Amino acid sequence: MASPMRSLAPEPQFATLEQQTETAQLGMWVFIATEVMFFGALIFTYYIYRLIYWEQFRLAAADTKILLGAINVAILLTSSLTMVLAVNAAKEGRQRALLVLLLVTAALGFCFLGVKGYEYVQDYNSSTVPSVNFLFKSGYHSPAELFWIFYFIATGFHAVHVTIGIGAILVMSWHARRGRFSPNYYSPLEVLGLYWSFVDTVWVFLFAAIYPLGRAIT
Amino acid sequence: MTAIAADLPTSYLTEEHTIASWLLTKDHKRIALLFFASITFFFFIGGIGAMLIRLQLLSPYGLLLQPDMYNRMFTMHGIVMVWFFLIPSIPATLGNFLIPLMIGAHDLAFPRLNLGSWYVFNLSGLFLLYTLFVGGVDTGWTFYTPYSTLFANGHVIGAAVAVFVNGFSSIMTGLNFVVTIHRLRAPGMTWMRLPLFVWAIYAVSIVMLLATPVLAMTLALVALERFMGVGVFDPALGGDPLLFQHMFWFYSHPAVYIMILPAMGVASELIACYARRPVFGYRGMAYAIMGIAVISFFVWAHHMFTAGISVYAAVVFSLMTFFVAVPSAIKVFNWTATLHKGRISFDAPMIYGLGFVGLFTIGGLTGLMLATLPVDVHVHDTYFVIAHFHYIMVGGTVSAFFGGLHFWWPKITGRRYPEMWARGAAILTFLGFNLTFFPQFILGYLGMMRRYYAYPPAFQEWNVLSSAGASILAVAYALPLFYLGWSLLWGERASANPWGATGLEWSTSSPPPKENFARTPVVKAAPYQYNPEDGSFVSQDGVAHA
Repeated sequence: MASPMRSLAPEPQFATLEQQTETAQLGMWVFIATEVMFFGALIFTYYIYRLIYWEQFRLAAADTKILLGAINVAILLTSSLTMVLAVNAAKEGRQRALLVLLLVTAALGFCFLGVKGYEYVQDYNSSTVPSVNFLFKSGYHSPAELFWIFYFIATGFHAVHVTIGIGAILVMSWHARRGRFSPNYYSPLEVLGLYWSFVDTVWVFLFAAIYPLGRAIT
Repeated sequence: MTAIAADLPTSYLTEEHTIASWLLTKDHKRIALLFFASITFFFFIGGIGAMLIRLQLLSPYGLLLQPDMYNRMFTMHGIVMVWFFLIPSIPATLGNFLIPLMIGAHDLAFPRLNLGSWYVFNLSGLFLLYTLFVGGVDTGWTFYTPYSTLFANGHVIGAAVAVFVNGFSSIMTGLNFVVTIHRLRAPGMTWMRLPLFVWAIYAVSIVMLLATPVLAMTLALVALERFMGVGVFDPALGGDPLLFQHMFWFYSHPAVYIMILPAMGVASELIACYARRPVFGYRGMAYAIMGIAVISFFVWAHHMFTAGISVYAAVVFSLMTFFVAVPSAIKVFNWTATLHKGRISFDAPMIYGLGFVGLFTIGGLTGLMLATLPVDVHVHDTYFVIAHFHYIMVGGTVSAFFGGLHFWWPKITGRRYPEMWARGAAILTFLGFNLTFFPQFILGYLGMMRRYYAYPPAFQEWNVLSSAGASILAVAYALPLFYLGWSLLWGERASANPWGATGLEWSTSSPPPKENFARTPVVKAAPYQYNPEDGSFVSQDGVAHA
């Protein structure tokens, strides 16, 4: 067991450990604000085109795999729960539960990527990948392809964020295994939890924006 | 080297000497100097572009550069100057150095992130140099679609990646400043005791954080469109090129305020110190900074009045643009009122500072002309616009940057610069700048369009004047490189507070020790407690100086 004492002194620019913790959390909130603007710009653009080309987007969106998308909502929301439970376990000093919950969260992240990858294969098989094998079915005009462009850009950027999150969770698991966290010091986990919840929330927004459209009752 | 180091007091400069101690440093003061080296390099790269443009325009017939080469030259000038010099200029160098010192902190909140920001900046610089090396871009710094995505034959993707990566550096620096100013202020340093430079950096960081991600997404879409041949902004495939302009200017108009707000902060410090008077209307100045930052997000479409947006939208954006002039005018009036009954000394930083106020005023007022719809239709895309924004960005920001650099030079290096040389350079900057850009107002109003490699012979006289001014400006900008470099080795040693200024940064030694302050300072006074009657002042740690 490595000594947890090393982490108990704040870094030199902070007066107290509490100040350091608050600062780290504020940092993540500010970072999330920039991420909101990043994804916001994309979702905003998508909605502009969706309003202009309502019919075409509806036709194209009917080819999305809503079941896979919905399963992924469930997976990510569950992973948010396990993440929060992990932070709780750290707060209460339950080291073993912390490690297990972090690994479960990472595993759920991998599940999400797996389902997403399977969905991409299905998309490829139904010839909906722009500039690769996009097939204009009857009734399709270029805006239908536009829908799929946004689908891939949005889900692609999101998948990058999930991947980064999984990497960070694995690093934290390694630290947890070495006993670096204690009820007095677990702020990296809280900060990571904020990021992970944000990534989940983005998926909820993307799901609502992309998948149900094709099933709209008109 | 050791002989020089031996008689210096221990400071952040002499703490360690290895190259690794610089390249892996987490000290905000050293990182500021690293940034300074990088942006100076890019300033002169962009400057070479400017000189070639002005040489080309000496003659109406375009004798120097071929049209395509000319396009690549002004594009390079724009991209380098905007993203690789102006945007990081004051925040990443002076801001990095001064924010922790001014608020009485030992470092920024996230020192590793700060160092990372410099590496990311250099990485983006490498992408840009690669792009220039293989032939450059000809789209203009604005990357307008569908030209950039369908027709341009330059290396658009390389440039877009460079600017995209550069944005991460902006965001990392901005995030650090916001969090630091919120959480690391010394005891007693309330918001209303912050020096205005800190307010300005705070505002600019928020703008960076909220605007830069939109540019990142926009350029990612452009690069993907060009790379994959899909039609996000291509009208033939259902895309909307106007949407690109909206998204681009949603970043790039606030970006103008990213460039000017820190300059305003510097000007407030300079004018108060050299007029020996408290800043007039401190509270109003702080609110004006925040007001400009907020309103800057709601004026972007004034770049698009002739692009085909609806008349009603144009009227609203015109009105919003007039609103942003209100806090800007408050600042100009308050600087002027600060001078009133002051004990003014014309040291080099003050000359730069006063030059800033004058040039910013001209740039701002011509901005109001451009915000007026009918006038804009007349002068859109002419040299009038070029002159207007150079008055803001070069006359304003670069003057303030040099002013701040001289003002804090003794603090940064521990050495005095040669005052007479500096005054000469400051005056030369002001004269050269006006000679370069004032003729462009006239040219633009007469109808000379921007971005043309040749022009009707009737415009030649004004163009020759402008190019003559540019050569003076080049000398004025190159001079500090020599005499400041000279002062590094042979300049007179600076005391802790050579100007008698009130900020906390002057209460520690020059250059400061690695940990900034021996003990965390306690702030007991509002900033700018100068007394013009006898020149005395109360510094922010509560000490009265005669």
